[in-house]
Amino acid sequence: MKSSKKLIELRLYVAGQTPRSLAAITNLKKICAGDFEENYHIEVIDLLKNPALARDHQILAIPTLVRSLPVPICKIIGDLSDTERVVVGLDIRKAKGKKATVKAHAVTGAR
Amino acid sequence: MPSRANRRTAGLLPLEKTPTGIPGFDEISEGGLPKGRTTIICGGAGCGKTMLGIEFLVRGAQEYNEPGVLMAFEETPEDIARNVASLGFDIEDLANKKKLFLDYISVEPHEIQESGDYDLEGLFIRLQSAVDAVGAKRVMFDTLEALFSGFSNPGILRAEFRRLFRWLKDRGLTTVITAERGEGTLTRHGLEEYVSDCVVLLDHRIKDQISARRLRIVKYRGTKHGADEYPFLIDERGMSILPLTSLQLQHTVSSERISSGVPDLDEMLEGKGYFRGSSILVTGTAGSGKTTLAASFVDAACRRGERCLYIDFEESRDQVARNMNSVGIDLDPWSKKGLLTHEAWRPTQFGIEMHLLRIHKLIEKVQPHCVVIDPITNLMNGSTDKEVYSMLMRLLDFLKVAGITAIFISLTSGGTELERTTVGISSLTDTWILLRDLELNGERNRCLYVLKSRGMAHSNQLREFVITGQGLRLLPVYIGPGGVLTGSSRVTQESAERAEAVQKQQEIERKQQDAARKRLTIQAQVTALQAELDAVEKEEKTLNREEKDREKQDREDLDRLAKSRGSR
Repeated sequence: MKSSKKLIELRLYVAGQTPRSLAAITNLKKICAGDFEENYHIEVIDLLKNPALARDHQILAIPTLVRSLPVPICKIIGDLSDTERVVVGLDIRKAKGKKATVKAHAVTGAR
Repeated sequence: MPSRANRRTAGLLPLEKTPTGIPGFDEISEGGLPKGRTTIICGGAGCGKTMLGIEFLVRGAQEYNEPGVLMAFEETPEDIARNVASLGFDIEDLANKKKLFLDYISVEPHEIQESGDYDLEGLFIRLQSAVDAVGAKRVMFDTLEALFSGFSNPGILRAEFRRLFRWLKDRGLTTVITAERGEGTLTRHGLEEYVSDCVVLLDHRIKDQISARRLRIVKYRGTKHGADEYPFLIDERGMSILPLTSLQLQHTVSSERISSGVPDLDEMLEGKGYFRGSSILVTGTAGSGKTTLAASFVDAACRRGERCLYIDFEESRDQVARNMNSVGIDLDPWSKKGLLTHEAWRPTQFGIEMHLLRIHKLIEKVQPHCVVIDPITNLMNGSTDKEVYSMLMRLLDFLKVAGITAIFISLTSGGTELERTTVGISSLTDTWILLRDLELNGERNRCLYVLKSRGMAHSNQLREFVITGQGLRLLPVYIGPGGVLTGSSRVTQESAERAEAVQKQQEIERKQQDAARKRLTIQAQVTALQAELDAVEKEEKTLNREEKDREKQDREDLDRLAKSRGSR
């Protein structure tokens, strides 16, 4: 990892292995797999295993993606199927021409 | 099929209820909130929704050993703790003792973006862990509707609400959710569509610049409940509701008699005084001695060692004590001993329900034997006659059920008919004493009469009522051809009578003297005649003797003559 790149810390809160949670994980990985300029760190937290964290981190909706760095903190809720909103919400720039590809492979958690 | 019918009735257990512990609420709801179900508390801003909910949790934890969970969406636990500290609730202490769990749920719409499908499993996880942490039986959400501002998809929210209420019901958690009142609906977001077991509506209205809080159970599925609007009060001991219509005319009565504090008045009431537990109405114009009469009663009651509550809307405690001292009634020692509780507040301070609620609370706190309300007429500020009448009726019933002897003082304003109380409560009271001024010959004198007194042969006399340095006295009034005479007229009449009596006495004495003199005169005459008689008798005797002497002389002369002739 190059030090010139900004570090983005992401936490994805899920509750067990629900289809929606799995979809969110898949979608997030896909977004991150794109050629972004930033440096990522992704942590997936299962609240069923650690319920107290829901309170500590003020989580209501599942799944919730939290960008804890850089500040300010922002939250994106849902299965992240709307890639465009994720990208805008996380305020991450990506390499030209990759947008369409990522969107085409988005998995939807809604059944 | 008999077996089927049996099974049906056997399975129909009455709805179980969870007591709230809030004074009055359990009475109007006949036991409390539906156990294991969800209740909506709705109302406008500042009407006490949160207070009601928190008191439900706190009292549950303190009094019924039912721990609770508070899911707060609007205020942080610190804020809530501070807010309810003024009601005497120590939430932090309860949280430390694991009797209460507070979870603050922050909903910040500006930092949340939505991308795709989601649910509120996080809320369920938090709720589950909170319930597990304290073994909660009660849950409160304040207010769930805050979620509508945080999440833009109402479809998801509604589905999640439905799931939440089912979740709570499945776990048998007695739940209270607060909700803002909407336009034309009970709650702004129609929560009552999901939860419809029990809906409590709170209202805070201003009438004539005086605030009045009301509570109404709009709906309570599967049970009967008081359907009226009940006034309630939030003060330093929490919330209390006046269960006004839950009373009935079924109180037991006492035949014990207690002194009115004025021996002469007792004399008018069969010589025994009032019945214990009766209600006495004292009406009169300004300055006719109503307060003094009530103070005499209080003094006598305290002397018997009974607790008294004096509710004053006109004078402060010290002022009453000073004034009563001037007529020989010393109330200070009773206050110091704790027998007399004197509470004074301005009638304009609240509406009538608040007054009565406050009186209720005082009575419950003091547990008095006797209560004086001076004067009830001041309660009428800003209320209609009908309201006052029904409220006083309820207060009277409450006092009667409690067996408390009560004196209600009612001021009759000048010019109105004396035998008519402004609020028409005379028919509700047992004894009615009327004080009135009689204006005659340039002075006003007080008169008292017992207009009615149920259950006793009371005097029908109109008595003059005198306030002396040693308390009250009743004097018989003079009833002459010119009508009833009181005051100086009576005194004049009495002295006139005295003068007449003296005159009569003198007349008799004079006649007696005359007779004596006459007797003496006659006696003198008798003596004179006797003397005359004696003189005549004496003369008669002298004459007789002289006659005898002459006869004797004559005989001797004859003898001598004969002798001389014979011897020669």
